[in-house]
Amino acid sequence: MSAPLTSLDRPNSYIGRSVPRPNAKRLLAGRGRYVSDLKLPRMLYAAFLRSPHAHAKIISIDIERARALEGVHLVATGADLAKICTPWTGTLDHFKGMTSSPQLPLPLDRVVWAGQAVVAVVAESRAIAEDALELIEVDYEDLPVVVDIDGAREAGGPLINPGSANNICFRSQLDNGTVDDAFAHAAHVVEEEFSFGRHTAVTLEPRAIVADYDPAAGMLTVHHATQTPYQFQDLYSRHYGIPEARVRVIATDIGGSFGMKLHVYHEDMAVVGLSILLGRPVKYVADRIESFVSDIHARDHRVRARMALDAKGEILAMDVLDLTAIGAFSTYPRTSVVEGNQVIRLIGAPYRFKNYRASLEVIFQNKVQTSQYRAVGHPIACAVTERLVDMAAAKVGLDPFAIRAQNVIADDAYPQTSPTGYRFEALSHQACLKRLHEMMDYDALRAEQAELRKRGVYRGIGIAAFVEITNPSPAFYGVGGARISSQDGAIVSLTPSGEVRCLISVTEQGQGTEAIISQIVADQLGLAQEHVKVVTGDTEVTPHGGATWACRGAGIGGETALRAARALKRNILEIAALILQEQPSALDIIDGEVVDAATRQQRLPIAEIARIAYFRSDTLPPGTQAQLTVGHHFAPQGYPFAFTNGIQGCSMEVDVETGFIKVLKHFIVEDCGRVINPMLVDEQLRGGIVQGLGAALFEECRYSETGQLVNGSLADYLVPMPMEMPDIVIAHVETPTADTELGAKGCGEAGTAAASACVLNAVNDALTPFGATINSIPITPAKVLKALKRF
Amino acid sequence: MSGFDENLLDEADETVRVRFVVNGRKVACEVAPRETLVDCLRNELELTGTHAGCEMGACGACLVQLDGRAVHSCLMYAVQADGARIDTIDGLSESGVIADLQAEFHRRNALQCGFCTPGMLVNANELLSQVAEPSREEIRDALSGNYCRCTGYEAIVDAIDAVAKARNEGGSAT
Repeated sequence: MSAPLTSLDRPNSYIGRSVPRPNAKRLLAGRGRYVSDLKLPRMLYAAFLRSPHAHAKIISIDIERARALEGVHLVATGADLAKICTPWTGTLDHFKGMTSSPQLPLPLDRVVWAGQAVVAVVAESRAIAEDALELIEVDYEDLPVVVDIDGAREAGGPLINPGSANNICFRSQLDNGTVDDAFAHAAHVVEEEFSFGRHTAVTLEPRAIVADYDPAAGMLTVHHATQTPYQFQDLYSRHYGIPEARVRVIATDIGGSFGMKLHVYHEDMAVVGLSILLGRPVKYVADRIESFVSDIHARDHRVRARMALDAKGEILAMDVLDLTAIGAFSTYPRTSVVEGNQVIRLIGAPYRFKNYRASLEVIFQNKVQTSQYRAVGHPIACAVTERLVDMAAAKVGLDPFAIRAQNVIADDAYPQTSPTGYRFEALSHQACLKRLHEMMDYDALRAEQAELRKRGVYRGIGIAAFVEITNPSPAFYGVGGARISSQDGAIVSLTPSGEVRCLISVTEQGQGTEAIISQIVADQLGLAQEHVKVVTGDTEVTPHGGATWACRGAGIGGETALRAARALKRNILEIAALILQEQPSALDIIDGEVVDAATRQQRLPIAEIARIAYFRSDTLPPGTQAQLTVGHHFAPQGYPFAFTNGIQGCSMEVDVETGFIKVLKHFIVEDCGRVINPMLVDEQLRGGIVQGLGAALFEECRYSETGQLVNGSLADYLVPMPMEMPDIVIAHVETPTADTELGAKGCGEAGTAAASACVLNAVNDALTPFGATINSIPITPAKVLKALKRF
Repeated sequence: MSGFDENLLDEADETVRVRFVVNGRKVACEVAPRETLVDCLRNELELTGTHAGCEMGACGACLVQLDGRAVHSCLMYAVQADGARIDTIDGLSESGVIADLQAEFHRRNALQCGFCTPGMLVNANELLSQVAEPSREEIRDALSGNYCRCTGYEAIVDAIDAVAKARNEGGSAT
């Protein structure tokens, strides 16, 4: 553990404490306020007619009967919305050479995936709107469908975007050191081709939006279940030509997001336009099948990779080709190439070899878009690397722990730059490895495994080291021209009754943002946490900032709150010093009382300072202007990202008759720097691991040859349930970043990052006696039986 | 369900009067025959604590008590519940019957976004009313009709386990 930021025996020391989330009580009482709950006066409901074809020309649309249905207020096509909304393109400048077609809320003449919204109906109820959809007739002419990666890459094959030379969105290459030379002189080479199926976020609350345009005020208010209200304020303003100050985006309680709800969706843009056309609030909540066919998907990679080692098991080089298919467009405004980019840059990250070559090819296809979802690229990079390390260990004759201990970057060797260009400030692979070994009781697990194998019980043990990207600087999006902030802002006020209110740009989706911000503010100011009120998620109220994504809430938002709280404390003590005729430096605040800094003797409640400043400023010395509201912005500087690291382990049993896998126990040792609330960090890790286990074992968006999603319901698409999930044992190593006072890094992706790698290694370990291997995720029972040649 | 004029059946605005005892109070409302109970609770009665997650009985977000037993309110029409006693998260909260579960969920952070939580609590309450001290395995089994995408379930299992033990000891969970 690192030294605490403030001594834990000091009153109001909240940084490092497991305190429950104040805002969770509402949710437990059923008093959450989700956008899907919202009902506004004169509100209408939108529904969308969707394309049954994966690729087709729109010949004609007949909306007359729908328009005539009683209760229908508007039927809008692509052409109607194109008159008021400017198109968007999902490219960024720093991804050199990437292309993507312009997009509109609804298509004008062509559909490019099955499920794409084509016509919008707005009616007095969702049911009437859906009735009207059935009265719309659209004539389509089928176009050739491009579904899989190979088909999309075929020379002379069908093109998704007319006028383009091929179906390539983006290509990138990395080449560092002397890769060919290293492979030529290697004692051992391991090589594998991996595939990673598409999966999706499956937030329990689907996407929800209520757009409310008031033509009299020229004001657009959007209640939007999103992580990033400021990003959408900017986008709605620019694409609909409304001044930014007249666009307000409110993100209240959100029923899960995981990165999925920060992208532009065609329906959401359409709903804003529909509200503008009608001058009334319009609500749209995706139903579950709509979520499956229109929420972003993630992954869909095929990676061929090889690793060269010397005779002792030292990793010399890696050589990687990542092919990824992203749908027919690149997603706006964050693009669909970030995942592939992170795959090729995170591969090999824990290890110290220097020769690395990677090619990335990002490919269009007729499916819904992919984009950033929890742990973007990490699970793929981690699975590829860690599986190859295990294959190498077997070849060299080393234990999985031993080969990793031999190859990880030493804890005392930082700073380091990876062969892919990432700069690591300080990581702790050695400490984490050691801790995991003890925590798993590894030797005993291996002994038990050997014993059980004699009885025909096949257990597998897998480990996987990972590096996670957190606290992104403008290097992530800003440099590419995206108006996505990497800074955050906070406004902290002392209220007239001596409480503190913090308005902050990071947002809450249940991870505990508001809780940790109130912990930091209370800790730094010196008052009880219940006297700090944190407000998030309203562009009209909170200052502009990046909000919560890519594990930046604690590291960047937390630092913003810390600095704002310190500034307010200085201002409070200045006024206190005037009143008490002391030097500010001789005073401190503890438990809401100004005290003598040396003796801790109580001098004056801060409520009294507030009373005097707000109501009796006449009693303060002439010229005094109390500043009891402080605004502060913080943008990360120093390292472009605060990388974190850790290692996961799991123990599982494979039923070789049925192919079923039972995860028995999962372990993680994680280093996210300063831990603000251990309980909340642990819960992020657990939730992340279970999402990763879902991806590893169950979750896949399956398509037919004609590009139809065939399992778009919660009965068909398997999400992990309690019965299938193990208990998860957690330990921490703390290496705070020196780039901030707080020292916090992110932890939200860590669980997801390595869970599938861990499972992949464990399953392969279990199948070792059969000489069977698996290189494809999700690892379904059918794939296990196929590997065992029993299916 | 008789006495309809056949000619009216095609009308989209056809409604039926239904009466329930919801959270201890008699209520009556006009619903379309095709309206599900969850939509009726959320839209007509504004009891938005009950959530719709999948609308096919898979995710458990819409669980309510119907005549004392947990049911999926997305899998029945409001008209089918005519005459029933319905208790939602709102009523269960106000009556205090799940206060210990709520406190333990809070203490252990057995929720994140909170969208699954009302259904989870209805199911947990159902389980503890049927099985006095379920094993962790039984708790996991019982919850396997309630999806939670945020927590990874362990804290939920821990919370229910602690409440079961505390109820048996006649105290409250700590």
